[in-house]
Amino acid sequence: MTVTPVIPRAICSRLGWAVTDAWVITRRDLAHWARQPGAVIANTLLFPVMIVLMFGYLLGGAMTVPGGGDYRDFLMPGMFAMTMVFGIGATLATVSADAARGVTDRFRSMPMATSAVVVGRAAADMLNSAAALAVLAGCGLLVGWHPHHGMACALGAFGLLLLLRFAFVWIGIYLGLTFYPNPEAVTAVRTFEFPIGFLGNPFVAISTMPAWLGAIALWNPLSSTVSAARQLFGDPIGAHASWITNHAVLMAVAWPLLLIAVFFPLSLHRYRRLSH
Amino acid sequence: MDAPAIVCEDLCKRYGTVAALNGFGLVAPEGAVYGLLGPNGAGKTTAVRVLATLLCPDSGRAEVAGFDVTSQPDQVRARIGLAGQNAAVDEILSGRQNLVMFGRLYHLPATVARRRADELLGQFGLADAGSKPVRQYSGGMRRRLDLAASFIVAPRVLFLDEPTAGLDPRGRNEVWESIRALAASGTTVLLTTQYLEEADRLADAISVIAAGRVIAAGSPDELKSLTGGDRIDVVLREAGDLIPAARLLQVQLGADVSLDHDTRGLSVPVTDRLAALTHIVRSLQDENITAEDIAMRRPTLDEAFLHLIGQQPPGDTASESSTQPAEVNTP
Repeated sequence: MTVTPVIPRAICSRLGWAVTDAWVITRRDLAHWARQPGAVIANTLLFPVMIVLMFGYLLGGAMTVPGGGDYRDFLMPGMFAMTMVFGIGATLATVSADAARGVTDRFRSMPMATSAVVVGRAAADMLNSAAALAVLAGCGLLVGWHPHHGMACALGAFGLLLLLRFAFVWIGIYLGLTFYPNPEAVTAVRTFEFPIGFLGNPFVAISTMPAWLGAIALWNPLSSTVSAARQLFGDPIGAHASWITNHAVLMAVAWPLLLIAVFFPLSLHRYRRLSH
Repeated sequence: MDAPAIVCEDLCKRYGTVAALNGFGLVAPEGAVYGLLGPNGAGKTTAVRVLATLLCPDSGRAEVAGFDVTSQPDQVRARIGLAGQNAAVDEILSGRQNLVMFGRLYHLPATVARRRADELLGQFGLADAGSKPVRQYSGGMRRRLDLAASFIVAPRVLFLDEPTAGLDPRGRNEVWESIRALAASGTTVLLTTQYLEEADRLADAISVIAAGRVIAAGSPDELKSLTGGDRIDVVLREAGDLIPAARLLQVQLGADVSLDHDTRGLSVPVTDRLAALTHIVRSLQDENITAEDIAMRRPTLDEAFLHLIGQQPPGDTASESSTQPAEVNTP
């Protein structure tokens, strides 16, 4: 006996479908946490913590922050932002694995909301990153870092970091849907995560760099978010005067919005291209 | 008689200069197991992807369960199941979690989705492995879970793209049994395969596809008879008798005799099997030629397939030639 699911026609019930479908996809990711907590902790939580300890204690002794201040205070906002960068690889890996293994096709052949696959993915990644930020902040408190300007500013800083992560979600989805047929390219893209960080200000102050490198680092969208977070947390910003650093909070909103404006349509386009 | 479950007419799909589908057409009646048989790159997967609403054709028309795949994809999706070449399930989740998740995406209420997951795990012989992560499953178990996932709402039409590729014989048998059970429940199955045995065992009707178009269609028996009728195979005791025996049979039966020196075997196409058999036995005895074995057999699907594919000009030139499909049986 065959059964046929009913397709809703009214707009509000279709919207309801889209939301529940996306939530099912998000819950799939949360179920991964429960299924293999070890892997999640190692990949998304332990790695940033390890880098904080490495940079904070092993290399930190040799680091001086231009304009004064403690290096670990300088480092923490940088590490928060780096965790958002590592998220590109996480999104890319899941999206390309699903597409390569036919899971995406199975979703596309089912009577579910088309948007749910990407929206559910984005929601899961945002939850993952929020959890990673919380753990990293806890780790920061343990090494002596703490927000100086109160709760509201701290939440604002975390909000800007998550906004950057939201932009990276669409870059990750776009790259995943572009490179999924070949796993080597996926790995290659992931190796660019660190250079993105080093070509910015998460680890060292821009004023210590040669002028040409400093210019690149200054215009790295990551740098604006890091500078804005440093200002909002009241951490040392590494004495660098330029228009873009002076308007760091504005730029930390503008850059991600620009990236979203570019990569959101691109990733939707890629998703639709799957049927061509 | 219901409307056909699948109808497609003149489907074309190009990738650059390669025509993956080039005037592909097919009519599958409701409730049948329909086999799509062809070599690698013949366009089988492209055809399934178009029918399962995953790919837009450049031109042509396709209907599944009475709905157009390009203009009413939601209606088609509500009535189909798809199991692709690799088991498209979540490796980290358990088999049961996978089925519940897919059930929820078919908008079954949570309790119904859980009950259905347990039913399917039982039906596909996965009840014991239900709570294990899929990563620990064997190849056959994964494919069965994949089949179960495509059967959550018991679809009108089920697309199976090479469901047993890469499985060992045991896994293949398990999957075959599951497919038979699904077909028995009234679902129309479109199965692509490059294994002739699989098409022979499972399909009620077969389309042979090459270079993006159907070159022959009919029941397995009808396709076999395309290569000619029955054959009689004779194995001789003495290799030296091979040539004289072949000459003898050629004269007496007036048919082309093929020789195999390695096995000391002769093979003759025949029309009246029993009369020819008696005739051959008597003629060989008269000439004092000793046969070790004589067997009557129908042509295999392999022979039919090689015969059909062999008639195709190689490469893309097939698309320019005006060969009409050898339509044995129009359903």
